[in-house]
Amino acid sequence: MSMNEQEFRQEVAGWMATHLTGRFACLKHRGGPGDEEAYPALRKEWEQELAAGGWVGLGWPKAHGGRDLPLALQLAFHEEYVRAGGPGRIGHIGETLMAPTLIALGTPAQQARFLPGIREGHEYWAQGYSEPGAGSDLAAITTRCWQDEDGRWRLQGQKVWTSLAHESDWVFVIARSTPGSVGREGLSFLLVPLDQPGVDIHPIRQMTGEAEFNSVFFDGAVTEADCIIGKPGEGWKVAMALLGFERGVSTLGQQMHFIHELKLVVDVARGNGAARDPAIRQRIADAWVGLQGLRYNGLRMLEEDTGSTTVRPEALIYKYAWSNWHRELGQLAMDVIGVAGDVRSHDDAVRRLQQVFFFSRADTIYAGTNEIQLNIIAERGLGMPRA
Amino acid sequence: MSLTLSDEQRALQETAADFLAAHTNARKEADADAELWSRIVELGWAAVQVPEDFDGLGLGAVELALLMEEMGRRLARTPFLANVVLAQTALLQVGTAEAQQGALAALAYGERTATLILGPGLDAEPASLSVKARRDGEGWVLAGEAAQVLDDGLLTHAYVAARIEEAPGVALFELAADAAGLTRTPLDVFDLTRPQARWTFADVRVGAEARVDDPARVLAGLARTRVLAALQLAAEQVGGAAQCLQLAVDYTKERVQFGKPVASFQAVKHRVAEMMVCMETARSTVRGVAARVAQGVQGNGLDEAALAAEVAAARVQATEAYRYCAQEAIQLHGGVGFTWEYDPQLHFKRAHWASQWFGPTRDWREALAAHLLDAA
Repeated sequence: MSMNEQEFRQEVAGWMATHLTGRFACLKHRGGPGDEEAYPALRKEWEQELAAGGWVGLGWPKAHGGRDLPLALQLAFHEEYVRAGGPGRIGHIGETLMAPTLIALGTPAQQARFLPGIREGHEYWAQGYSEPGAGSDLAAITTRCWQDEDGRWRLQGQKVWTSLAHESDWVFVIARSTPGSVGREGLSFLLVPLDQPGVDIHPIRQMTGEAEFNSVFFDGAVTEADCIIGKPGEGWKVAMALLGFERGVSTLGQQMHFIHELKLVVDVARGNGAARDPAIRQRIADAWVGLQGLRYNGLRMLEEDTGSTTVRPEALIYKYAWSNWHRELGQLAMDVIGVAGDVRSHDDAVRRLQQVFFFSRADTIYAGTNEIQLNIIAERGLGMPRA
Repeated sequence: MSLTLSDEQRALQETAADFLAAHTNARKEADADAELWSRIVELGWAAVQVPEDFDGLGLGAVELALLMEEMGRRLARTPFLANVVLAQTALLQVGTAEAQQGALAALAYGERTATLILGPGLDAEPASLSVKARRDGEGWVLAGEAAQVLDDGLLTHAYVAARIEEAPGVALFELAADAAGLTRTPLDVFDLTRPQARWTFADVRVGAEARVDDPARVLAGLARTRVLAALQLAAEQVGGAAQCLQLAVDYTKERVQFGKPVASFQAVKHRVAEMMVCMETARSTVRGVAARVAQGVQGNGLDEAALAAEVAAARVQATEAYRYCAQEAIQLHGGVGFTWEYDPQLHFKRAHWASQWFGPTRDWREALAAHLLDAA
C-alpha cells in the first residue's frame, strides 16, 4: 500500500468520523438494497453532505467537477466509507451509471445541465430498462417514443423493477423510436422527468414487505427534444455502454458490506451458541472462504490491463460469484438465528440479516439472472457456440 | 497490494506453459520423468525460491505458484513438489545457516533431489510424526515407518521430521535415500503421476551433523512449511482445474449429437460456466495470497494466524474447484471420459490425491472456524 493511499484512507476515515454523527448518526449501516425505505429524505441530505466534502464523482474527470482519482483510491474510499458504517448511497444510479454515460456520450449541454445536480446531490435518477415482457430478453422492449412537431419526445408504455423511482427526479429510458422495429434496432435512449402528469409510479411490494422497486407507466409522458443520448436509433448502444459502468469500483466497495454482514453472523452465532455446532462452523468458514474469493477476484479486476484483447475472466464471473455467495450468506444467517428469525427483529444486527436473507433472493435475478450470467460466461469466456 | 504480474513473471509463466505443453507426458510408464526433471533443473525452476545468498534466484511465492499452476495443468511427473515446495521450504524455514549453506544450492541445481517426511498426508503436528529418533553416542538412530512418502525413485536425499525425547520434541534430519537400514517400498497408487513409497526405518544411524534444524524454530517452522506448501499445492490444483475446463470445452465443441456440437446446448454451457467460476475464483485467491506471502517476505508481513487463514481459503477453493472440474470433465466427455485413453481420469485421480494430502478441507474449515469464532 502506497503512503499516498494510507493517507487518503485516513482522510476518509477522519471525515466520516466527524460527519456521520449528530442527526446523521441514525444512518449508520442503513439503506442500500433490502433497506431502501430507511430515512430516504435524510439520506438525500447525507448525499449533499458528501458532495460538500468532495466525495462524489471521485473517478470523474476534473473538467466535469470530479477528482479523477485512480481506481485504487476510489476503491479505498468505498472501503473506508463502508467500514465507517456509511449508509447505502441513494444517489448511486446517478453517480455511477448516468454520470459516466453522460461524460462518455452526452453533449456538452447535457453534461452542463445534468452533472452538477448529480454531483451536488440535488437530482436523483432511476433506470428504465426492464419491462413486463422484456426481462432477460431486454431487447424485446415495447415502450414507444416519438417526436411531436415541436421536437419534444413523448413516451407510451411501461417499465418495471425501477429501483427508487419514487425517490427520483429523472429516469433514463430505452424506448422504441422506429415503429415496427424489432430487437436491438430502432431504440432510443431518453432522459425523462418523473414529476409530470404523463408519468405514474406504482410501488411493487416485495417479498420483504417493503417496496424499493416500482412500475413506471408512461402515458404520453413528455421530455425535451435534446433529452436524448446518442442519435435516435442508437439506444441499444448507449444502454449497453451504461451497463459497462455497472461493474465499477462501487461493486467492489460492496464487499465491505459483505464483511460487515458476515461479522454480524459470527456475532449472532457466538451469542446464541450456534458457533458450537460443527455444521454451522463449516458453513461459516466457507462463507469466509468465499468472501476471500470475491476480494481477490475484485483486486484482480483492478489489475492493469495487459494490453491483450482477451476477455477478463475475473470480470465475467464476478456478478455470478457475489450474488450466489450473498444469497447463501442470507440462508446461513437465518440458520444461525434459528426460530427467532421468524419474528421481525428490532435488533439492528438481526434485522439486517433478515433483510439479507429475503432480499438476496433478488441478487441472482436482477442485473442478469444466474442463467443469463452462465450463458454470457460460456459464450464470451469460453467461446461456446450460440444455439 | 497488486496482483498485476511483472513482465518477468509473465515471461516465466509463458515459458513454463510452452515448455511443459511440449515436454510433459503424464502417461509415460515410469516412476518419474527423469529427462523432464533434468530439463526443469536446467531451466532454473528449482532455484526460484532459493535466496541469492545461496546462489538461488531469490524469487518468491508468486513465481513458484505460476510454475506450480503450469505443472498441475500438465500433470508433470517430477520431484518438483517434493524437492522444491517441501524439502527446500522446510530447510528455509527450520534449517540452521550451516545446513542451508550445505544443501540449498544442491537442491536448486540438481546435485541433490530430496523429499520431506512429516506425518501422514504431510501433517505437521508433532503427535502425527511416525518416525522416532534417539541419541546414539554423538549421532542419532531413526526408527519407525512412514507409510506414504512422496518418492518417485529419483530421490537422493530426504528430510525427516522425527520425534525426539528432549525439547522441543521434534527434530529435522537429513539423510541419504540409500542409507543403511532404510527400506523404500513403492506403493501401488491410483494417481500414477504422483508416485509414493513406504519408508521403513530399521535403526538408521546418522551422524550428529545429520540433524539440520534450529531447535528454536523447528515447531513453528514445520507448521509454516506445511502452510506455504499447501498454498503451492493449491496453485497446482488450479492448474489442473483449468486443464479440466479446457478439455471439457474442447471436447464438447467437437462432439456432435442431434446434428450440432453439444457445446451449443445450454445444459452443457452452464456446466462449463460453473467450472470457470470455481476455477477462476480459486485462481484469484491463490494469486492474491501468493502476492501477500511475497510481500510479507519483504517486511510488512502476515502473522501466522492470518497467513494460515488466507491459505485455508486458497486451499479450500482450489480443492473444491479441482474436484468439481475433474468430475465435470468426465461427465462432459460422456462415455470416453471414463476410459483410460482420455485425460479426465488422470486429473480425477490427481484431484482426489490433492484433496486428502495436506489435510482435508473439513480440517482447514474447522481451523478457520476456530480462528473466526473462538477468539477470546
